[in-house]
Amino acid sequence: MIRSLRWLSTLLALVLPFAATAQQQGLEIDIVGGNAAALPIAVVPFAGSAGQTDIAGVIAADLGRSGQFRTLPERDMVERPTTGAEVNYATWRLLKQDFLLVGRVLDAGGQLRVEYELFDVAKQSRLLGEAKIAPASAARDVAHQVADAVYEKILGVRGAFWTRIAYITATGTGRNRHYALMVADSDGFNPQAVVNSSEPLLSPSWSPDGKRIAYVSFDRGSSSIYIQNLTTSGRELIASFRGINGAPNFSPDGSKLAMTLSKSGNPEIYVMDLGSKQLRQITNQFGIDTEPVWSADGQTIYFTSDRGGKPQIYQVSSSGGGATRLTFQGSYNAKATVSRDGKKIATAQGNGNTYRIALFDRGLGGRWTTLSPGSLDESPSFAPNASMLLYAAKEGGRSVLYTVSADGRVRARLAVPNANVQEPAWGPYRQQR
Amino acid sequence: MNAPAPAVIGKVSVFGKILVVALFCTMAVACSKKVKEVPPTDTGTTTQPTQEQPPATTGVYGPEDLDTDACLRQRVIYFDFDQDALRPEFQAAMACHAKYLRDRPSSRMSLEGNADERGSREYNVGLGERRGNAVSSALQANGGSGSQITVVSYGEERPTCNESTEDCWAKNRRVEIVYTAK
Repeated sequence: MIRSLRWLSTLLALVLPFAATAQQQGLEIDIVGGNAAALPIAVVPFAGSAGQTDIAGVIAADLGRSGQFRTLPERDMVERPTTGAEVNYATWRLLKQDFLLVGRVLDAGGQLRVEYELFDVAKQSRLLGEAKIAPASAARDVAHQVADAVYEKILGVRGAFWTRIAYITATGTGRNRHYALMVADSDGFNPQAVVNSSEPLLSPSWSPDGKRIAYVSFDRGSSSIYIQNLTTSGRELIASFRGINGAPNFSPDGSKLAMTLSKSGNPEIYVMDLGSKQLRQITNQFGIDTEPVWSADGQTIYFTSDRGGKPQIYQVSSSGGGATRLTFQGSYNAKATVSRDGKKIATAQGNGNTYRIALFDRGLGGRWTTLSPGSLDESPSFAPNASMLLYAAKEGGRSVLYTVSADGRVRARLAVPNANVQEPAWGPYRQQR
Repeated sequence: MNAPAPAVIGKVSVFGKILVVALFCTMAVACSKKVKEVPPTDTGTTTQPTQEQPPATTGVYGPEDLDTDACLRQRVIYFDFDQDALRPEFQAAMACHAKYLRDRPSSRMSLEGNADERGSREYNVGLGERRGNAVSSALQANGGSGSQITVVSYGEERPTCNESTEDCWAKNRRVEIVYTAK
């Protein structure tokens, strides 16, 4: 009991400072639930100043949101070392911390020089020591990169904090309805409108290099698929056939686009070669086939189909042929998102009137976990390292976004005031390896 | 899930009353104009006209009827959850809109399919199209020409009602008949 109370107060202390800073940016982040198995880490406030950005705060928020780490509240830090020489391991052992991150921000001729060191408290050893130089405007980018490095060093899995997300906002009502395709940092900060429209926008999908976003717009009266270039701001009309032009999804090499077209009279999956604009029909079955998603090796396409009655997830070779049904739990499974290794598939799963995000782990002999507690949750999208997902939920009459750890234990809400936020898509790593 | 749209049922009964009046008027006009009369399929309807009877079997429709004719004014077709089957109460509307298309070969209509907010957005675009196609098929079965009809699906993107309730969902699961040329 005392333990759980202490845990609760720790959690509140963890949440409140972030909530305060986040609100200034028009964004609410609250962390719900916690993970007992999370690794304790102290991220000590960095020495020096990076302007508006609290570097350590951004790092701690990233690590906390992942569900893999439990960050020590600042008020419990009886010592505030900023270099390795100042670290007194006994203090951090007493505070039951496994890891310790310290750092400082220095001026490097008008740029920021961010130095940081990561320590293993039990082994009393330094795990990482690095300096990053960046313009002051990129302070948050540097913080996300440090969080990625810490995440990878400790867990052996590449971090995905220095990534971007895309989503659709819908504001106003009736004739004043306004839609925007937005791009923001993975924690919801720095939101930028990429496309504005008075007609509905849907289904943003990132190119693997993160430079383009395919999406659906109703600006021509019915649905059309466009590709927006984020670097040049140019946009290209890709598909505007009779009927549905929907659910675009880039192939892993970026050369092809899978999509749904109903030009034959029935929604089917097609693959378009973006160079030649040649179409290849992948499915041919009575029923709605939609929401294609490529496997990382480009060999398989996952999609939603109601050929068996209710919508379920199927897979088919990316060159066409027979399809195999993958999901059997839940009366409704749609909008699959698939981890890079192909082992995890998350869907919007419906049972009766309740729609939640559910994760199917094929690696564990096919086990399902429900990741979200809402009643109208939809549009799951994996982070590139599959450690977290983004999804949309309906709360108090409007839609908001959540990130949830892949074990479902930690959720953070990303809400934009006075707007419906929907159709999130987590972008790729910003640096290719 | 058999969730009817209560508002519509209310409207139908009002329409029904207007329909009876409209029917007698049309019949009177039809007689004086000596328009070829299509024999009623149900013999009982001559003495006791009901709202199911298509009034459009007499006379020729003109654009003004879109505003005045009770049957033609019914331009929203509602559907059950996850269904694209046409409910029986909309058969009369199918018959009169099909007759309008026949009477006015230059007329064009757009069938705008919609779904409620539950489930994925792209699947709902598919569902909206399927509902639009169901209405298109029913109109063609009643003699309308497919070349006069286009189907567009908005999925769940154009709700008329914004609450997450059964009542609201029932209102959003619909096909709207929009005449693009009268």
